[in-house]
Amino acid sequence: MVELALPKNSQVGEGKIWPKPEGASNTREFKVYRWSPDDDANPQVDTYSVDLDDCGPMVLDALIKIKNEIDPTLTFRRSCREGICGSCAMNIDGTNTLACTRGIDEVDGDVRIYPLPHMPVVKDLVPDLSQFYAQHRSIEPWLKTETPEPRTEWKQSHQDREKLDGLYECILCACCSTSCPSYWWNGDRYLGPAILLQAYRWLIDSRDEATGERLDNLEDPFRLYRCHTIMNCSKACPKSLNPAKAIAEIKKMMVERRV
Amino acid sequence: MSMRTPLGKVRGLGSAKSGTEHFWHQRMTAVANIPLLIFLVYFCVSMVGATRAEMADAIANPLVALMLVFTIISVTWHMRLGMQVIIEDYVHGEGSKLICLLGNTFFSLAVALTGLFAVLKISFGG
Repeated sequence: MVELALPKNSQVGEGKIWPKPEGASNTREFKVYRWSPDDDANPQVDTYSVDLDDCGPMVLDALIKIKNEIDPTLTFRRSCREGICGSCAMNIDGTNTLACTRGIDEVDGDVRIYPLPHMPVVKDLVPDLSQFYAQHRSIEPWLKTETPEPRTEWKQSHQDREKLDGLYECILCACCSTSCPSYWWNGDRYLGPAILLQAYRWLIDSRDEATGERLDNLEDPFRLYRCHTIMNCSKACPKSLNPAKAIAEIKKMMVERRV
Repeated sequence: MSMRTPLGKVRGLGSAKSGTEHFWHQRMTAVANIPLLIFLVYFCVSMVGATRAEMADAIANPLVALMLVFTIISVTWHMRLGMQVIIEDYVHGEGSKLICLLGNTFFSLAVALTGLFAVLKISFGG
């Protein structure tokens, strides 16, 4: 059956409360999920106080400050720090988002930070996304053509190019997929909103010649039809994209080729 | 612990190449259920306080009987499709899922056939 309660070794306990910085008047508490594969301990939530007068405005700035100045064992992914690489996707204040684009002032009270939900955890805030990336690979996210390659580029009209807007911007941060209960319960078979949005990006590309084959690959009660349009994905997307709409468009294509 | 590659796991047994029919039928029966259920509610309300003979008289009307037959078929079909989705969502053991899906089909069929039998029996004067 579906997992409604955490297994015993995943139950989260109270963690270490780190001392407040001396002489700071404007501090904020960050409650951060900690788990390490190096011991048998259950996960715990550590509390860090950060001096906001000496910290950048984003949640990622605070995490970097904690790692640099308070606790170097804190583990998280980050790279571009400007919302384009998707590395620092995590659950902040109950919402999946990017730590680098979420302002500390956007969160009321303590800032609670957990890894993306329902994924295996490598350490602390680092989820294992191997399956997610394999799912992306499975939709063959590249241009597929049989017509001999033109001597210059594959041509596309302005109107056809516009159809890729709202799709090509996806950075594969996995915020949407890991906010989706269908992906939580059936992530081994359901491709999830991020991958389906990517799939639609190739289905709707006027230059691609494998549309039917791509639809065949998606036509499955689990791969596609686990989406029940609850729209968590569109609400979570830190790039303001609409994966739910892309999935609905794929379903429309499925019906269109039958009727 | 499986040592299969993530891509191997994701590809699994391949695409079932089905699901669209289920999706389409669910929407089709949903649309059909709107007028049919409005009729059913209207019919039930108009029969409040009626005797069994008056009820039987009303159902003897072929139009009413046919509407009831359509309603039973459409609603139970929709019910089977909807419950199938819930089972597939939440029941993960292959054995228990199969049993639930079989039970769902048998239950829906039993509800449909019992309803149809009752309507036809009354309609034909039983």
